[in-house]
Amino acid sequence: MSAVLDHPAHHADDHAHGHPHGWRRWLFATNHKDIGTMYLLFSFTMLMIGGVLALGIRAELFQPGLQFVNPELFNQLTTMHGLIMVFGAIMPAFVGFANWMIPLQIGAADMAFARMNNLSFWLLIPAALMLAGSFFMPGGAPAAGWTLYAPLTLQMGPSMDAGIFAMHIMGASSIMGSINIIVTILNMRAPGMTLMKMPLFCWTWLITAYLLIAVMPVLAGAITMTLTDRHFGTSFFNPAGGGDPIMYQHIFWFFGHPEVYIMILPAFGIVSAIIPTFARKRLFGYTSMVYATASIAILSFIVWAHHMYTTGMPVTGQLFFMYATMLIAVPTGVKIFNWLATMWRGSMTFETPMLWSVGFLFVFTMGGFTGLILAMAPIDIQIQDTYYVVAHFHYVLVAGSLFALFAGVYFWGPKWTGVMYSETRGKIHFWGSLVFFNVTFFPMHFLGLAGMPRRYADYPMQFADFNAIASVGAFGFGLMQVYFFVFVVMPMMRGQGQKAPQRPWEAAEGLEWEVPSPAPWHTFETPPKLDASATRVVG
Amino acid sequence: MMMKTMTSLPSRVSRLVPTLGVIFASGAALAVNDLPGGPAVRQLNLHPPVTVIAEQQAWLHWFMLIVCVVIFVGVFGVMFYSILKHRKSVGHKAANFHESVAVEIAWTVVPLLIVIAMGAMATRTVVAMKDTSNADLTIKATGYQWKWGYDYLKGEGEGIAFLSTLDLAQREMSNAGKPEGDNYLLKVDNPLVVPVDKKVRIVTTANDVIHAWMVPSLGVKQDAIPGFVRDTWFRADKTGDFYGQCAELCGKEHAYMPIHVKVVSQADYAVWVAGKKKEMAALADDPNKTWQLAELVARGEKVYNANCAACHRPDGKGAGPIKPLDGSAIVLNDPVQQVDILLNGRLNGAMPAWKQLSDTEIAAVMTYTKNSWSNQTGKLVQPAEVVAARKK
Repeated sequence: MSAVLDHPAHHADDHAHGHPHGWRRWLFATNHKDIGTMYLLFSFTMLMIGGVLALGIRAELFQPGLQFVNPELFNQLTTMHGLIMVFGAIMPAFVGFANWMIPLQIGAADMAFARMNNLSFWLLIPAALMLAGSFFMPGGAPAAGWTLYAPLTLQMGPSMDAGIFAMHIMGASSIMGSINIIVTILNMRAPGMTLMKMPLFCWTWLITAYLLIAVMPVLAGAITMTLTDRHFGTSFFNPAGGGDPIMYQHIFWFFGHPEVYIMILPAFGIVSAIIPTFARKRLFGYTSMVYATASIAILSFIVWAHHMYTTGMPVTGQLFFMYATMLIAVPTGVKIFNWLATMWRGSMTFETPMLWSVGFLFVFTMGGFTGLILAMAPIDIQIQDTYYVVAHFHYVLVAGSLFALFAGVYFWGPKWTGVMYSETRGKIHFWGSLVFFNVTFFPMHFLGLAGMPRRYADYPMQFADFNAIASVGAFGFGLMQVYFFVFVVMPMMRGQGQKAPQRPWEAAEGLEWEVPSPAPWHTFETPPKLDASATRVVG
Repeated sequence: MMMKTMTSLPSRVSRLVPTLGVIFASGAALAVNDLPGGPAVRQLNLHPPVTVIAEQQAWLHWFMLIVCVVIFVGVFGVMFYSILKHRKSVGHKAANFHESVAVEIAWTVVPLLIVIAMGAMATRTVVAMKDTSNADLTIKATGYQWKWGYDYLKGEGEGIAFLSTLDLAQREMSNAGKPEGDNYLLKVDNPLVVPVDKKVRIVTTANDVIHAWMVPSLGVKQDAIPGFVRDTWFRADKTGDFYGQCAELCGKEHAYMPIHVKVVSQADYAVWVAGKKKEMAALADDPNKTWQLAELVARGEKVYNANCAACHRPDGKGAGPIKPLDGSAIVLNDPVQQVDILLNGRLNGAMPAWKQLSDTEIAAVMTYTKNSWSNQTGKLVQPAEVVAARKK
């Protein structure tokens, strides 16, 4: 694969085990670092595929009228863009981070269940092939939106079944990954690494893993009922047989809302590692950060129906879900304030990971505020299912999750590869992405307020200008990610660049910085002795 | 005075904006104006409200926007101050504080009070929105793939029923990639007509998949769910034309089933009701009439263009998963199966059931498909045959 990834092989400890080389190293991988690398490369590949689909959407919407795709294909593009980005890009990327960093951060030798770890990665490959391959099935890919609302799903062709099967497999993979993470964190911490001394990234992932185990089976249930409605004559959601299409939405969003926190909580963990490092000051309010994360996770189970105000809930339902949803702003606000207090009176520098983290704070908070506006039921009646919603969730998922992922790559990349990235290129990537992101998604707020519905292949002419701007921004944003891969990731993987010191950041605290760069293939084979703060190995 | 106005900053900006607009709209072909009651060019905010609810929604949106912007500017003002002052390059040394229970409690309680206050502002509107009682006029809006059906259930005009479909010429413009007109994708054959200052209750349902009935100016968006009925209401306080579109993904023609509500004065409404009733009486065909080929084909062409052409295309060739009718064995030789498909649909409603059309309309459109394009069979289907098929 690359010189750098093979570096650990030179480490003295490794030869004794006679671990497999060449393709066997990857296919039979049980090493958390190898599996983490595969997860990250897989998710980047899916990011590119999902990105190309998004550019197909934006090319079509550059001007009113149909220019490139027909409405059937357009619906396939929106559906598959959503499914691939959520299940193929963002979620596996965080699992990749978990694999790499959790054992290093808690002083464990590896993940608890090494072979299950292998299986949970390799399940993703057939699932992704089946999902992406559904474009080539009769009738094309699923076109019912990523939410797969019944009864539209009952009209889909055979690719819908392939999509459902792919999601089942990905769900199984997620559940196995979560079990692994929970057991690793609860059982394999080095002596002295108490739960309340653990890095926040481990905390956020621990809570995320519980969320995943709670809700992935719910999604599996919903899509299995869709499958039996399609083929076995059941009528869970099919109104023609007495089923209830709204029941599908309730079940889906009972999964779907915790799912959005599954995609953001680990991002909070990454940012919580980076900001104290570059502010050269301890994280403010560690305990309240842990409690806030747990509160968000618990609240995420009682707000699902804010996605469904327009289905016609009774007035009490609307009021309950409105107030419950707004409550989530409180623990989220606590997190923002804690990060701010960490920066306050620090001694800050702005290397690329810090830039991405500050960018994350700034733009993610905008997405948080539009979320608060959407939570207000009367306003939501105006902007539900319009581009305002599209703008909102891209502000939290791209500027939130994806920006934090980039921050993490720049922050821990030197530890993974043993090579420093080019600071100039990192800054170009950051500023380019930040500008193009806003050019793409900010105008969508206006489109949504003006009433342009989402998932539209063509639109009234009055919406033309903002759509044109958004399309230009989208292509710019896409190019920046290609730039990132070619000029940042590839050189690091090839070992081109300055050699990274063991502790590349002046104020970096934590056990991952106690091992050399690149991290040897095996680390912490015997539990390390820790100092009182559990951030340094002693003796 | 004149000169002063000409050179003032707002006027310079207002001249600059259209200039930029022209650049983006790439030439005169896409020139477009605001559509009153519909979207405006580069509209930045909600539609001008025409109902009390829409007014409250607009007020709440401004309220939320201002509160959020103030908090945002406050919080990030502090952050950017910190970024400027507390950096290593200006020699700032890091302080050592890292917790404070008092501060944590303060920034938990204050936001909690703020969000409760926000919710309290909206509660009255939520309750008002859901109060559909004591309506003057009740209309059922049924979502079909891909058009709206309106039935006047109760109040003046009771019994009126019609379908409302996107103008076929605009659908063709979309396919050709040559859009035109201020009401592009918003023009329908039969708008929904309602009286001004009357409480109109809209009952929604759907025939196939979920649709959503949305009219921004009226502050209304309500999903139309097959097998279930839901309701919403509005009381327009001015006359005019108001536009909206389907807001829930409903398949390939999702973007092509607009909503046009024409709010008229009480007197005009009474005239419209009388006219519509006469028209309906005239249209109520005698299913026992025996038709000649030419007149039935002519009638069928109208039915085809209003109902079938969006999917099967005006040339009958279909597209993608939509089956061609031109040259189809069923159309040419199997009237029994063809009438069954039309009445009951196929593939879980991918081809919808058309039983809401009259016997004459179904007979006419069958005859049209048997005598159009390359299908020149000379065969004729009489309404009586459809009546018989319905009884099976």
